[in-house]
Amino acid sequence: MTPDNKSINETIDKNIVLRTENMTMQFGGVVAVDNLHLTIREHQIVALIGPNGAGKTTAFNMITGVYTPSSGKIFLHGEDITGMSPDKITRKGVARTFQNIRLFKDLSVFDNIIIAKHFSMHSNIFSATLRLPGAVRAEKKMREESEELLERMGLADVKDAVASSLPYGQQRHLEIARALATKPELLLLDEPAAGMNPQETEDLTASIKQIQQDFNLTVFLIEHHMDLVMEISDRIYVLDFGQTIGKGTPAEIQNNPRVVEAYLGVDDDAEN
Amino acid sequence: MMNNTKKRNIICTAILAVIVLALIYFANNYLDAYIVRILNLCAIYTIIGLSMNLINGFTGLFSLGQAGFMAIGAYTVAIFTLPLDMRSTIFYMEPMNPAIAGIHLSFVPALLLGGVIAGFAAFLIGAPVLRLRGDYLAIATLGFSEIIRILLTNLQSITNGALGINKIPDNANNMWWSFGVAIVILILTALLINSSYGRAFKAIREDDIAAEAMGINLFKHKVMSFVVGGFFAGVGGGLYASLLGTVDPKQFYFTLTYNFLLIIVLGGMGSISGTVIASFIVTCGLELLRTFDEPLTVAGYEISLFRPGFSMVIFSLLLMIIVLFYSKGLMGRTELTWDRIFNFFGKMKSKKAPKSTEGGSTK
Repeated sequence: MTPDNKSINETIDKNIVLRTENMTMQFGGVVAVDNLHLTIREHQIVALIGPNGAGKTTAFNMITGVYTPSSGKIFLHGEDITGMSPDKITRKGVARTFQNIRLFKDLSVFDNIIIAKHFSMHSNIFSATLRLPGAVRAEKKMREESEELLERMGLADVKDAVASSLPYGQQRHLEIARALATKPELLLLDEPAAGMNPQETEDLTASIKQIQQDFNLTVFLIEHHMDLVMEISDRIYVLDFGQTIGKGTPAEIQNNPRVVEAYLGVDDDAEN
Repeated sequence: MMNNTKKRNIICTAILAVIVLALIYFANNYLDAYIVRILNLCAIYTIIGLSMNLINGFTGLFSLGQAGFMAIGAYTVAIFTLPLDMRSTIFYMEPMNPAIAGIHLSFVPALLLGGVIAGFAAFLIGAPVLRLRGDYLAIATLGFSEIIRILLTNLQSITNGALGINKIPDNANNMWWSFGVAIVILILTALLINSSYGRAFKAIREDDIAAEAMGINLFKHKVMSFVVGGFFAGVGGGLYASLLGTVDPKQFYFTLTYNFLLIIVLGGMGSISGTVIASFIVTCGLELLRTFDEPLTVAGYEISLFRPGFSMVIFSLLLMIIVLFYSKGLMGRTELTWDRIFNFFGKMKSKKAPKSTEGGSTK
C-alpha cells in the first residue's frame, strides 16, 4: 500500500509547478503579504486579485526573486527557490511582465525580444565579439527564433520600431512577447489589462488563452478586470491587506462573503 | 534593393578605409611633428573615449576611473619598454626593484600587458563595487583613480615616484601605431556592442530590473563591461605614455577623466561614431584653447582675462553649454551609418527639388 500511495503523491506533486509555504513579506512594521499559501498546477490559469495595496505585486516580486521573503518558502517543481536572484529564477522557466511596463524603451522591438534569449546563449564574450563559428550559429538561431515569435505575436511589421514609439496596447503585447522569448513554463502577468478599454481587454483575454495553449504554459496573473479574471481563471486567490481572504474557482469566489465584503462593504464604510 | 544598399555600404566602407589609410600615410610623412602629435593624441583619446563609453554610455554605469586605468597602462609601458642601460640613470633616487630591473619588453607585449593589468584592476575594483547601484560607483571609481595615483607617487623603486619616468621610446608618435590600435579597438567595440553581450549591456542600461527579469546576470555583465573598458583604457594609456615619452603621477589626476567625460557627453552617451568625432573635436579644441592661456595684447592694451588657466574656464563653459542645450550630444545614441548619410542627402535633394521647380515656374 505504502509504495502505491507514494507514487500517487509523486504524480500529484509533479503537477504542481509553483507552491509557496507561509510566504510572508514585512516592510518595517507593515506586513505586506502574510502567510500566503499558493498551489499552482500545470496548465492552469490562476489569478491573484484584491484591492489596491493588498500585496499582490509584492507576492509576484517574491516569486520572481526581486524580494526575498521575510519568512516562508517558495518551491518551483519541488525545488526551493526562496531568495534566488531574479535572473536565476527566469532561467529556471519563470517569466514575468510588469505592472508599469518596463520595456527596453530606446531599443527596437526586435532587440527587446532577442535580449530575452541572451541567457540561453552559451558562447562567451570573446567568441561572440570575434564572431567565432559557435557564436555565429547561436546568434543565427536566436534571430530565427525571435523572428518567429514576433510573427506569431503579430509584431513582425513593427520589429524595427523603437519600443517606446509603439501604442500602449502594443507595448503591453510586446512585454508578454518578451517574457515568452525566455521560453518559460510559468508566465506571471502583472495587470496585463491595466489601462485597456473593454474591447482591448476582451482581445487580451482571448490572446492570453491562446498563448497559454500554444506555448503550453501555466499562467499566474494579477488583474483588476473581473470579467477577464472570471472568464479565464481556473483558480483564484484573493488578498486583502496581505491576508488571503479567499481561494477557489471563480464561482466559489463570487459567492464568498468575505470577498464581497472586501470589494464592496469595507470600501463603502471607509468612505463614510 | 536590399542587396544594392548592402553593396553600396561595402563599397563606401572600402573607399573610406582607403582614404583613411592614405591620410595617415600623408600625415605621417608630410605634416609637421606638432600636428602629427596632436593627431596621435586624437587617436589615443578616441581609444579611451570608447572605453569610457562602453562602461558609461552602453552599460549605463557611472564610472569615473578612466585616469586610473590609463595610468596603469601608461606606467606598464614606461617601465617595461625603458631600455635597460638607461634605467640606472633615470632611477637615481632609488634603484629599480631587482624583480623588474632586468625585464625588458618590446612595445606590443608591454602594451598588452598594460591592458591586462588595467583590466585586472578593473575586476578588483568592480567585484565589490558593481554590486552597488548608481552614484556609489562614481565615488568608488574616483577614489580608485586617486589611489592609483598615490601608489604611483610612493612606489619609488617601481615607478620612480614623483620624478616620473622619461625617455620612454616613442613608438606611438608614429601614426600607424596610434591609429592602428585605435582602429582595432574601434572595430572590437563595434563588434562587441552589436553582439548578444552588447545587447545585454544595453538592456542593463535601459532597465536593470527588466534585464534581470530576462535572465541576464547583472553583476557578471557589469563586471565584463568594466573589465573590457579597463583593458582598452590601459592600452590607450600605454600609447599615451609612449607618445609623450614621459610619465609622472601628476598627469593622471582625476581631472584627466573629465576630458573623456566631455568626449562621451559631447559625442553622445552610447554612440561609437559620436565618440570618434568628439575625440577629435575635444583634443583639437583643447589645443586651440591654449591660446587663451597666453597673454594677449590688443592695441597696446593687455587683456587681463588671458592668463594661464583661462582656457579651462572656457572649457568648463563649453561643457555646461553642451549639457544644457545638447544633453544628448552630437549623435545621441545613434550611429553615423552609410544609410543615415545617404538618407540625409536624399532628404536634402527632395527638399531642394520642389524649390527648383518653383524657381522654374517663376522664370
